[in-house]
Amino acid sequence: MGPLVGMLLDTPTSDLFDAAKEKEVQDSIWLTLSASFLGTLFFAIAAIPFAYILARKQFFLKRFISGIIDIPVVIPHSAAGIALLGFISRDSLLGKAAGTMGFSLVGHPAGIAMAMAFVSLPYLINAARDGFEAVPVRLEKAALNLGASSFKMFFSISLPLAWRSILSGLIMMFARGMSEFGAVIIIAYHPMTTPVMIFERFGAFGLKYAQPVALIFIAISLLIFIFLRWLSGKHTHA
Amino acid sequence: MLNLKNINLSFGPFAISNINLKLSKGDYFVLLGPSGAGKSVILELIAGILTPQSGQVFLNEQDITKNKIQDRSIGLVFQDFAIFPHLNVEQNIAYPLKIKRWPKERIRSRVEELAKQMDIFHLLNRRTLLLSGGEKQRVALARTLALSPDLLLLDEPLASLDIQLKKELRSQLRKLHRQGQTIIHVTHDFEEALLLADKVAIFNQGEIIQQGLKEDVFAQPRSEFVAHFIGVKNYFEVTNMEENSVEVAGKLNLVCKNQTHSSQKPYALMIHSGDIQLRKSKTIAANIENTFLGTIIEIYPAFRGFELVIDIGLSLVVNISQKQFFQLDLCEGDYIECFIAPENIQRISQPIKQKD
Repeated sequence: MGPLVGMLLDTPTSDLFDAAKEKEVQDSIWLTLSASFLGTLFFAIAAIPFAYILARKQFFLKRFISGIIDIPVVIPHSAAGIALLGFISRDSLLGKAAGTMGFSLVGHPAGIAMAMAFVSLPYLINAARDGFEAVPVRLEKAALNLGASSFKMFFSISLPLAWRSILSGLIMMFARGMSEFGAVIIIAYHPMTTPVMIFERFGAFGLKYAQPVALIFIAISLLIFIFLRWLSGKHTHA
Repeated sequence: MLNLKNINLSFGPFAISNINLKLSKGDYFVLLGPSGAGKSVILELIAGILTPQSGQVFLNEQDITKNKIQDRSIGLVFQDFAIFPHLNVEQNIAYPLKIKRWPKERIRSRVEELAKQMDIFHLLNRRTLLLSGGEKQRVALARTLALSPDLLLLDEPLASLDIQLKKELRSQLRKLHRQGQTIIHVTHDFEEALLLADKVAIFNQGEIIQQGLKEDVFAQPRSEFVAHFIGVKNYFEVTNMEENSVEVAGKLNLVCKNQTHSSQKPYALMIHSGDIQLRKSKTIAANIENTFLGTIIEIYPAFRGFELVIDIGLSLVVNISQKQFFQLDLCEGDYIECFIAPENIQRISQPIKQKD
């Protein structure tokens, strides 16, 4: 807490207001939040069923796959960015597909969302897998015995019962994604996400100039985090 | 109605071997066996949750071995009830009806009908986490019965209930049976079989050891395991036989009266623990048939009196009333005279190999 309190005391309120009024800062915060949010939602569509498969099914190389899920978290994030760049550059399959639709993933909000998701997806997969593992198999068997298809069983029993863990994973993924710097800067220096902007202002103008943006971003992150935790608590205790 | 033919299934060290069962419509069939014997696996095989490695399952003359769980018309009530904790009582009962896309009004009337039948109408809006074991059991039953399955499977339905709730639920199950519901009930408690079943099968280590009408199985247990499992405490193998007397366990000679099944050579003898007369004595008169001097090894309080384990060359279990116990002033280590009336000795005919 010390460095945060120190920064808060060290930053004049007028500087905070000035920074908050800057369109460049506002755009960057909006980009950071929306890219992380949409990336989380988009990748969750595949990650949640994948986590269910990991929790329930036995298959060849399952242990290997479970092991490599955490790799984006443990490797340097700039290295993760480089790996992702090779995957989405103009020469790659995905890059060419984006090219046919008239845009390049590199330097695009979609590429930023992918970089954020790449390093934060393990949080969602691990939380969702733990959640699904905690759902008693007997409840799923009972649903099947009562006539539900596997699809219906997943949506009516497994998903609602694992929802608390999944929501927690979604929040963690979103929060981790929006604070990502290393992977994002490799994929897109511009448009600038807030962590990249803080770095850029610090490098170009020094500490005093970077502090107000950093403080605003920390405050917004904390507010969103508290709000989402409150929402998840309210949902699970309803 | 239901016919299991040569069902086999093994996983790891556990195996279900050569299971053959036949049920008619309206039967109340109790599968009796110790915990861990594989009884629940049989239910899951019938329900379609597990698939046998070999053998066939027929329901109403149709081979359903490979049918999906959803297409079997077989309802299973799990031992732990498997109530959906995120749904209230009404939503739990309505679950299978919603799956079948019944109209809302029809769902409501069916749920209310079942709730009244199971005496849980007042609980319809209650969250399931707040229900007692007995209430959960009724909700699970109502939910399973919602689609009127041809066959109802009950996995240890009374195991976690107290005596009063057991009594109530037994009465509920009897009512269901009277209404024509075919039921397979799995339990380790022979009293449940005695009170509910019309057919029983004794099951151990993945195999059916004996099956048939309840009266036949209880009257003629064909192995010591079956005898002990159905509550018979004095079951002795016959080691030699003469015209009117038999030698048991190679140690004692007993005079028996001819009874039913007497045309067959007896395989074992069964003596009910309440049918043995006791007299405190240190000696016995010679040549009194079926009278033995023994030592009291152990004394246990029993439901109505006491249970004594007496060594007469082999262990004999005797139940006596409290009044008689105090009249005789018995202690462990006392000598006691035991008399077994010939008419109280039941002859068990030779074990017959199970027919498929």
